[in-house]
Amino acid sequence: MDYCYIGIDLGSTTTKAVFLDEQERVLGRGITNSRSNYELACQVAREEAEINARFGLLRKKLEASPRIGALAEPLMAVLSCNYALAQHLEQLKALRAECHGLAAAHGFEAGETGRINQALGRIFDALDQQAQADFFPGSAAASDFFRDLATSHYLKQAEQVTRELPVSFDRLVGLFDAAIIRVENHSFAGLYRQYLEFATGRASADERFAPFAAEIGAAVTDTAERRFNVLNTVGTGYGRLTLPFAREQIRSEILCHGLGAHYMFPQTRTVLDIGGQDTKAIQVDEHGIVTGFQMNDRCAAGCGRYLGYIADEMNIGVHELGPLALQSTKPVKINSTCTVFAGAELRELMSLGQKREDILAGLHRAIILRAMSLLARSGGVQPEFTFTGGVARNQAVTRALEDLVFENYGRMKINISADSIFTGAVGGALFAKRDPKGVMADLEIKKLNTCGGAPAGQPAPCAA
Amino acid sequence: MNTEVQKEQSMVIQKKMLGEHYEKLARARKDGKKVVYTFVPGNLNELILAFDMLPVHPEVNALQSGMRKLSGDYIQEAEKLGHSEDVCTYVKCDIGMLKKGNLGPTGEPLPEPDLLLLSYTGCFTFMKWFELLKQEYNCPMVMLQVPYQGDGRITPSMREYTARQLREVLVPVLEQVSGKKLDEARLAELLASSARAEDDLVYVWESGKHRPSPIDGYFGGVYYIGPIFTAFRGVPGCEAYYRALRQEVDFRIAHGMGPTTPEGELRQQKYRVVVEGPPNWTSFREFWKIFYDEGVVMVASTYTKVGGLYDKGFRHDPQDPFNTLAEYCLGCYTNRNLPARVDLIEQYIRDYDADGFLFNSIKSCNSFSAGQLMMLRELEKRTGKAGAFIESDLVDPRYFSAANIKNRLESYFQMLEAKRLAA
Repeated sequence: MDYCYIGIDLGSTTTKAVFLDEQERVLGRGITNSRSNYELACQVAREEAEINARFGLLRKKLEASPRIGALAEPLMAVLSCNYALAQHLEQLKALRAECHGLAAAHGFEAGETGRINQALGRIFDALDQQAQADFFPGSAAASDFFRDLATSHYLKQAEQVTRELPVSFDRLVGLFDAAIIRVENHSFAGLYRQYLEFATGRASADERFAPFAAEIGAAVTDTAERRFNVLNTVGTGYGRLTLPFAREQIRSEILCHGLGAHYMFPQTRTVLDIGGQDTKAIQVDEHGIVTGFQMNDRCAAGCGRYLGYIADEMNIGVHELGPLALQSTKPVKINSTCTVFAGAELRELMSLGQKREDILAGLHRAIILRAMSLLARSGGVQPEFTFTGGVARNQAVTRALEDLVFENYGRMKINISADSIFTGAVGGALFAKRDPKGVMADLEIKKLNTCGGAPAGQPAPCAA
Repeated sequence: MNTEVQKEQSMVIQKKMLGEHYEKLARARKDGKKVVYTFVPGNLNELILAFDMLPVHPEVNALQSGMRKLSGDYIQEAEKLGHSEDVCTYVKCDIGMLKKGNLGPTGEPLPEPDLLLLSYTGCFTFMKWFELLKQEYNCPMVMLQVPYQGDGRITPSMREYTARQLREVLVPVLEQVSGKKLDEARLAELLASSARAEDDLVYVWESGKHRPSPIDGYFGGVYYIGPIFTAFRGVPGCEAYYRALRQEVDFRIAHGMGPTTPEGELRQQKYRVVVEGPPNWTSFREFWKIFYDEGVVMVASTYTKVGGLYDKGFRHDPQDPFNTLAEYCLGCYTNRNLPARVDLIEQYIRDYDADGFLFNSIKSCNSFSAGQLMMLRELEKRTGKAGAFIESDLVDPRYFSAANIKNRLESYFQMLEAKRLAA
């Protein structure tokens, strides 16, 4: 039995879970962007983290194998991307079914329903094909959210299809918007083994790994059955109060981000976290304990959701914003980070002939300008400086941050972990481990289980 | 949870006093009484009462409208008339209330003013506020120019300048409006009574130094300042109120009791905090609850000193009425420069053995808010204690984001806990 501590960060746009072992090493990470139901989001993120933890164990097992050893790295890449592909295809299947179902339920006149179904068929066939191209070992697609990938591909295909068939683009977008929310609220946990079989099958078909198919199969089966005994869980983030956690199992995300950043980069003294609906500037001491912080007030301008809104306005996926902005040669000066005004400002600038990439570069800089003011208010930027939160994944944002930190505080290395989005959850898991009150009482385990999906009264495994 | 709101005996006494005052105001015209509108900081209550006039405090009306959830509508009414979203919400609340019939808390309309008396002009918004009221009421307005304590102290010439205005400008106007000559003996009597009540109030403030603290010097404190900052300073009822309050506090000290919150006694006092800045009135209970739920007691505050820094030694002096009133106007908390405010808060943090301090930055009130972050940094440096910073508003419910404020405060309390565990 493997013991673990869990941190769950219930953010406004994504929910993250991290498993730590008893030596405070990360076992697994999971994330979901299901946002309409925190309980489900919490469950999905935990399941994802548990699967990730199992993949970690699998990697160790394969690395330790005298026969496979050196091949473990490429083999894990093949297994992971095919697992993600199987997951993606399953979600596409569900999305396709939801779209057809919604079209049927809507009651369009018969001819139109037929044309819509025909259009949906073409779109989803193309999406299935596209998925095979998107997921390959080491591809970025595996770390993107289903929503983001599906949105950008669907919109492109819908544009194409409406040129060929007499179907309204808006109708197709409307169906997608309604369907994607339903899909995000599905739990696909039961399909875990199916995905794993798919991935193992693909790996075994690869001539490099075929000779070891039996050993790979055994290792996968062994780790797939592994259970984790949860010693304590701490919840943080905006949704923390909506879950049935006991009071001592809840920590503010400010403390969690401070401790999580310290864990990732122990010399950290200043942390900037840009999340979905708030921006925080945090100062920490040499132990990762927060000594001061500032966060945006009731106006959430310039936070992660702002970028989501801009992406919607531009009809592109949120993950495409950064790369596009980086192509800019002449950033436009943007004054407002108000989400409501942004749409109007965007359209006005486009109509004036400004390039999309230049506008986007300006928007990214505006976000960081606002963050700089919070940093200054919190006591400035002290080395080392760590940038966390979902927005830290956006390279145009980090570029703007580097420039502005340099302008205001001189040359400074900015720590950005590839796993920065998990910083709060890592902090939560560390608090779970270091809780002075020790391991939870029975009663609290029961409460926790009602959120994790296991029936009350049983021990707290993260059963897949 | 106890659903019935818990109240202290002194609160009941105060409620009665206020009720009687509003009744007097409702009858003012019938009784032939003259009415003076004036502000709380630097108010000249003894002088007004010496002319047998009745004071009305528009700020108090605004905060009461806030607590009674009426301010949102009043503010929108004022905005309909063209006042911008950025204008002080006390002003807009008052203008909106006026436009909607100027109904006081008893449901009766408040009498129109016979005089607008601006006795503290350190807040420029006060002046503009009364200019707006002057247009509405077309009554005389008199103002006292109060020099700012730019060097952090009151000089003899500042005192003389202010006292001379009192004698040469204010008194003649008050005599003219009231139709009465100033009764100096009566003024001295009122000032002597004020000083006695002030002694008791200081005793109450300083009780916050006890562990557990028998008072909440901020949320409870805003009730404690009610009588002495408004229409009652100088009258026997006010003295009686503070005597009763002092006895209440003594009882709690003797029994090791904490202050009364709306949900009962605050028994577990985990953290002691000093507060700078006015409270939010529209969500006052909700705001308070964030603190008492976490076992946080506010041991001292600056907002409760806007109507007099009695704990720093000032007393109304019956022997020297004009100089004492001048000094009172000059000594307003917001008339002190930033270093003097920092010094005061630093003293509070040390004297009251606080674990930390909180700044509530008010969107509407630049008199309080300008410079607050610099003050906070300086205090952190001087005391080594952590400061919290939140943002809200006086009476505009649109500027109270409960989730955001709760998030910041909970983070702050957890930060104090982490610091304590690490120490």
